[in-house]
Amino acid sequence: MTLLQIEGLGISFGGIAAVKDVSFAVKPGEIVSVIGPNGAGKTTLFNMISGVYLPGTGRVVLNGEDVTAMSPHLLARRGMCRTFQNLQVFQSMTVLENTIAGYHLQESGSVLADLLNLPASRRRARTAEAGARTLLKRVGLERAAEREAGSLSYGSLKRLEIARAMALNPKVLLLDEPAAGCNAVETEEIDHLIAEIAASGVAILLVEHDMKMVMRISNHIVVLDHGEKIAEGDPATVSRNPAVIAAYLGAENAAG
Amino acid sequence: MRLTQKSATLLALAVIVALAPLFFPSSFYYRVGALIFVNGLAVTGIVILTGWAGQISLGHAGFAGIGAYACALAPVHLGLHPAGAVLLGAAISAVLAWLVGRPILRLKGYYLAVASLGMGILISMVLNNERDLTRGPDGIDVPDLGLRGALKAAGLDLSNGQFWYFFCGIALLLGAWLALNLFNSPTGRALRALHGSEIAARTVGIDVARLKLQAFVISAVYASVSGSLLALQNKFITPDVAGFMHSVEMVTMAVLGGVGSVAGAIFGAAVLTLLPQVLTVFAEYEQLVLGTVMVLVMIFLREGVVPSILRKIRGAGE
Repeated sequence: MTLLQIEGLGISFGGIAAVKDVSFAVKPGEIVSVIGPNGAGKTTLFNMISGVYLPGTGRVVLNGEDVTAMSPHLLARRGMCRTFQNLQVFQSMTVLENTIAGYHLQESGSVLADLLNLPASRRRARTAEAGARTLLKRVGLERAAEREAGSLSYGSLKRLEIARAMALNPKVLLLDEPAAGCNAVETEEIDHLIAEIAASGVAILLVEHDMKMVMRISNHIVVLDHGEKIAEGDPATVSRNPAVIAAYLGAENAAG
Repeated sequence: MRLTQKSATLLALAVIVALAPLFFPSSFYYRVGALIFVNGLAVTGIVILTGWAGQISLGHAGFAGIGAYACALAPVHLGLHPAGAVLLGAAISAVLAWLVGRPILRLKGYYLAVASLGMGILISMVLNNERDLTRGPDGIDVPDLGLRGALKAAGLDLSNGQFWYFFCGIALLLGAWLALNLFNSPTGRALRALHGSEIAARTVGIDVARLKLQAFVISAVYASVSGSLLALQNKFITPDVAGFMHSVEMVTMAVLGGVGSVAGAIFGAAVLTLLPQVLTVFAEYEQLVLGTVMVLVMIFLREGVVPSILRKIRGAGE
C-alpha cells in the first residue's frame, strides 16, 4: 500500500531544469532516502513535495488524494509534516512551547474561548502540554523544557524540530538533513529516533548527506543527479550501481 | 510562571486605577486619567496586532471613529441605547476589518499598513464630508450613557470626571484581562509562533492568514470601543478621532512602552497622554520632544521602555 506517491515531479528556474521527471513511492513504516551530490535538486524536490514550491510538472499524491502545490498548513492537516535543513524553530519560545505549537491543530478551538479563558480552552492547552512533555522525553529533551529554544545546541534543535513534527501525529514525515552539523553521538541518537518513528508506522522521507547513516537506516534509496533520478533500490543495490558510483560516490572520492 | 505574570500585571493595573486618585492635585486629573485608560485600551489592541501578530496598521483611528460616531448617530437615528451603540460600532468595525484584512493578509509583508492607511483616510473623509449625517468637521453631540444617573439614583454620587475615570479604568482592566488570556491561550501561542517563523508556523498546521485576520479584527474592536468611550465621556466628538495623527499616536504609544507587552503599551499610553498635559508650557516644542523621545527609545530601548527595563532588572537579579 502506497502512502505517498511522487509522479513525474519537475521544476525549472529561469529555463534551467532543477528537477526533472522524478517519481517514486513511500509506504507506511518505510524509510526512503533521497541522496545525490550538492545541487542535485534534493531540497528543491522536498520543497515541491511540501508545498513550498509550485511544481512545473507532475503530481504529489498523499493517501490517494492529489495534494500538489497544497499550502503547508493544509498538508499538515492531511498528515504531512517536515523539518528544515536550516532549522526553523521558534527562537524566543521555550522548548516546551515549541513542541506544544506542534499540537496546534489539536489544541486550537475558538478565539472567543481563548479570549475569555474558558475551561475548554484551558483543557485543550493542558492536554497539549502533557503530550508535548511526553514527546520531549522521547527525544531526550525533557530537562531542557523550560529553556528558550534559541539557547539550545544545534543537535538539540534538530531533535526539537523532530519532536515538534511528531506532535502533529503525522503519517508522512519529511526530514531535510536531520543529521547535518551533528557530531557522531548526536547522529546516532537521531538515527535511533528516526528508526523508532518509522517502526511506529510513519512513512519517512529523508534527505541526508551522511552516507553511513543513509545506508544504515534506509529501506529504499532514490539517487538524484543534475535533477534527474539515476537509480533507486535498497542500499546494497544502490551502492553497487555503477551510475551512482560514477555520479555521486566517485565524484565525492575524486573531490576528497 | 506566566500565569503569575498575568495576575501581576492585572493586579498592578487595578491598584494603580484605584489608588492614583489619592495623588491627584486637582479633579482635572480624573479626566486625564480617563483619557489614559481610553488610549490604553486602543493600544492594547495594537499590542495584539503588532506585538503578537507582527502586522502594522496605520488606520486604526478609523475604527475609533466608527466606534465614536456609532455612539453619536445610532441613538438618534436608530433609537439604540448608547450601550447598544457601542456594540453596534464594534460589530461594524469588526466586519470592516474582516473585509479589508481578508484579501490583504493573504499576502506576505506589510501590505496591511498601506491598506489600513487608505481605509483610515477614507473613514476620516466620510466623517468630515457627510455633513448631513455627521455635521462635518465641527463635530457632533453624543447622547449621555445614563449610567452615572442610574448610579446616583442607587446612592453612589460620582462627579462626571470620577465616573468616567473609574468606568474607563474598569474597561481597560477588562481589555487587558482579555488580551492576557489570549496571550497565554493556544491562539496566543500560535501568534507568537507565526511571529517567530512563518514557515515553521505553516508547517505545524497554523493557518497564518486566518490567524493574522483574527488579530486584526480583535484589535479593530479594541480601537472601536476606545473611540466609543471617548465620545461618550466627552458627550461630543469631531472627525479628528479618526484622523491619521490619531492612528500614528496609537502605534507610537505601543512602540514607546513596548509593543509586545500589554503593561508596556499601557505605560506608553500613559506617558504620551500625560506629556502634552505636562508640557503645556512647551506646547510649541511638544512634537520636538516626542520625536526625540521616540528616536532615543528606538536606539537605546528597542523593545520599548517597560520590557527593556524589566530585562535589565531580571539580568541584575540573576
